[in-house]
Amino acid sequence: MKPKYFAIPYVGWMALFIVIPLVLIVVYAFSNASGGFTLDNFSNMLTYSGVFGRSFWLAFLATVICILIGYPVAYAIAQEPAHRQRTLMLLIMLPMWMNFLLRTYAWMSLLENTGLINKLLGLIGLPAAHMINTPGAVVLGMVYNFLPFMILPINSVIVKIDKNLLEAAQDLGANKVEIFRRVIFPLSLPGVLSGITMVFVPSVSTFVISKLLGGGTDLLLGDLIEMQFLGTAYNPHLGSAISLVMMIIVMIAMYLMNKFGSGEETAVMM
Amino acid sequence: MKKRQASPLGRIFMILVYLFLYAPIFVLIVFSFNSSKSRSVWTGFTFKWYTELFQDSSILSSLGTTLLVSVLSALIATLVGTIAAVGFFNMKKRWSTPLLSVNNIPVMNADIVTGVSLCLAFVAAGSFLKFKLGFGTLLIAHITFNIPYVILSVMPKLQQMDKHLVDAAQDLGCTWSQAFVKVIMPEIMPGIVNGAIIAFTMSVDDFVISYFTAGSKVQTLAMNIYSMTRKRISPKINAVSTLLFLVVMILLIIVNIRESRQNAEAERKKLKAASEP
Amino acid sequence: MKKIIALLLALSMIAVLSACGGSKTESKGEVNVYNWGEYIDEDIFDDFEKQTGIKVNYSTYESNETLYSILKTGGSSYDVIIPSDYMISRLISEDMLEKINFDNVPNFSLIDPAYKNLEYDPSGEYSVPYTWGTVGLIYNGDVVQEDVTSWSIMFDPQYAGQILMFDNSRDAMGIALKYLGYNQNTTDEAQLREAFDLLVQQKSILQAYVMDQIFDKMESGEAAIAPYYAGDYLVMVENNPSLKYVLPEEGSNLFVDAMCIPKGAENKENAEAFINFMCDTDIALANSEVTGYAPAGTEAMKIFSEDLDEDLYPVINPDKDVLANCDVFTNLPQETLDLYDSLWVDLKS
Repeated sequence: MKPKYFAIPYVGWMALFIVIPLVLIVVYAFSNASGGFTLDNFSNMLTYSGVFGRSFWLAFLATVICILIGYPVAYAIAQEPAHRQRTLMLLIMLPMWMNFLLRTYAWMSLLENTGLINKLLGLIGLPAAHMINTPGAVVLGMVYNFLPFMILPINSVIVKIDKNLLEAAQDLGANKVEIFRRVIFPLSLPGVLSGITMVFVPSVSTFVISKLLGGGTDLLLGDLIEMQFLGTAYNPHLGSAISLVMMIIVMIAMYLMNKFGSGEETAVMM
Repeated sequence: MKKRQASPLGRIFMILVYLFLYAPIFVLIVFSFNSSKSRSVWTGFTFKWYTELFQDSSILSSLGTTLLVSVLSALIATLVGTIAAVGFFNMKKRWSTPLLSVNNIPVMNADIVTGVSLCLAFVAAGSFLKFKLGFGTLLIAHITFNIPYVILSVMPKLQQMDKHLVDAAQDLGCTWSQAFVKVIMPEIMPGIVNGAIIAFTMSVDDFVISYFTAGSKVQTLAMNIYSMTRKRISPKINAVSTLLFLVVMILLIIVNIRESRQNAEAERKKLKAASEP
Repeated sequence: MKKIIALLLALSMIAVLSACGGSKTESKGEVNVYNWGEYIDEDIFDDFEKQTGIKVNYSTYESNETLYSILKTGGSSYDVIIPSDYMISRLISEDMLEKINFDNVPNFSLIDPAYKNLEYDPSGEYSVPYTWGTVGLIYNGDVVQEDVTSWSIMFDPQYAGQILMFDNSRDAMGIALKYLGYNQNTTDEAQLREAFDLLVQQKSILQAYVMDQIFDKMESGEAAIAPYYAGDYLVMVENNPSLKYVLPEEGSNLFVDAMCIPKGAENKENAEAFINFMCDTDIALANSEVTGYAPAGTEAMKIFSEDLDEDLYPVINPDKDVLANCDVFTNLPQETLDLYDSLWVDLKS
């Protein structure tokens, strides 16, 4: 059996459980409660442009911060001896075994005006900081929850970089900065691009973090969609339409990123 | 030989990030011993949430469901995902690119959309084939959103692999399947393991997709927790999470100790072999 | 990889063991109960199984709307659900409930007639009341020195940054409507817009829109003023004695949660047996002691409120005059619901 046929069972699976459900969402987006065709669900989309803008902006910030924190950590872990790397990576994933909602609640306990951080600040005589119910707290929640998804792919790519390549560069007179800039970084880009997708997408569609850490005063896209499917506004048709628009914007963004990022090499991400 | 380790600056940064990741976990564990239900005011030490936990059949059975569905879906997704990744890798770009885009849909989609769309599909199929939402549909849903993560972490490994390795092995007389086991597998193993861990973690953590696909008879731990949000989340949940966390932690430590022993052993043998003429 | 597999296998062993611990031999069938989280004393399931031999499958949801969306999407079968008033009327109007056979529910006679045949189920054929309560104003006596009788402090800039509000359009608008002196079930667009303007003004002095985080935020002193359910005040005041409760003079929301049987339930008779069991005075009482919410049974309510401290008595058992000012939510027509939705989005963007 040729390896290229290996994917066939999964292609069947995708058709059943990814494509068909997605088609149903498209059908919902273009129909109304009585089942007829309509474009109404899309015509009102502009009223939500503020929500779209805010969600994409906050998710963008969270993603950038995740790269700035995640890349050095992934790199540092890759420098450790091999047997320690596995443990360090598992330690990165381990917090996620505590339920998402619980972890976010714990951040609330830390950030509140009367919370643990401010109590600590008070003990050492510093003035209290107002942290909870700000956009900053929302971004923090996103970074906290999705940082592992940035570290993981970057680390797994850096680990695989051929050490001989680095030595060769060194022999050719490249200094550490040059080696990083011209060898390591370009080779680790696929990992960074995977990381961006895996952080940006859940950030842009989260609906718990904004409620708990942002005070629920400003809606994000996830909240808006949740309202249509599970909330007071029960309207799966509008919910499907908003999801569809969000998905298309995300896909275009990711496509462009991969296009300019590093050419066809990383087309896998799309 | 130069000993491999991160620079001091890198280490400090690493420690800070681990502190950041574990600070809230620490808070959760501490408050599982709090005598009142508050999650921010400390009122005294107690074990009562732990004893109550073991009498709470709804939390225990939801924990069982969560672990079972996560383990099964992670194993199946890792198997199917790895094989599929190899398949995609060996396809012509013209074919693999659109298929991989489809594969990425569950990653790109908001959980709630994946959940609702699967639910719609299951309900439609269920009315034809006479089945109801239950453990089976829950498992299928989890496998479906897990496989893309496995593929996403295996695929970069395949691309980094020297393409001539397999050809070389085959030239040397290996069949394709031998080459797969002896050459490809070791190369992509870190990706497979990462994929399995991510898949398992995503399953444990998922609420929304489970919510729409589990039906009336099964409930996962996350669903149980979310349903408490009109009233207050019971510290029993902190207790069960703490236990789960500790079990994994202890397993990790055991694995780590054994591994470092094996490493030391291997090192010694190597030295011995080197010293002998 | 082997280690990971070993780890996973170890976990699945735990999973199988704990799953087996929960399941018991089936004998006389089962009943699928779907309820709010933390809203029942789960110990009584054992009593029910002993009495009737029927096994209870219990699962939970977190809002009326999630219940609705799960029922609407279909694919799962529930026998007993416990929605609130307005959701019951919506379910009735969309023909999603079964009529209850009251011959199988003799304990229905124990329910206080005050909660029978309310506006949400005028013929009383579809629902059996479970618990009831009011939404009141909880405030911290250390921060709010004045005598509070009205919703007005929710809108008082003096307390900027200390006020919490329901993160739920129906409840939030309900408070604004009551403060303005309107009915909470109004469909008059002008009145709704007036209430909306009030909420927009309030947003700048608000700390956050919340649901259950109210408990911690009020107990720890993070916030000083919040509306919430009377039953939950009992829990909060135990942890922070400075908290006070008032049912504002403008009136408020009176809610009734009732047990219903959704259309297509597979075990209708078992469901009726379960509903009957829940109406039993002792069971209802045990239940209320765990949840803090007042039982709908006459006798159970009497014993429940007698056990309370004198100063807490009026919280659970408010004056009939004030209760007369309270509205029970009813289902709203679709265009009003749409208006709620768009106003809520506007408020939050």
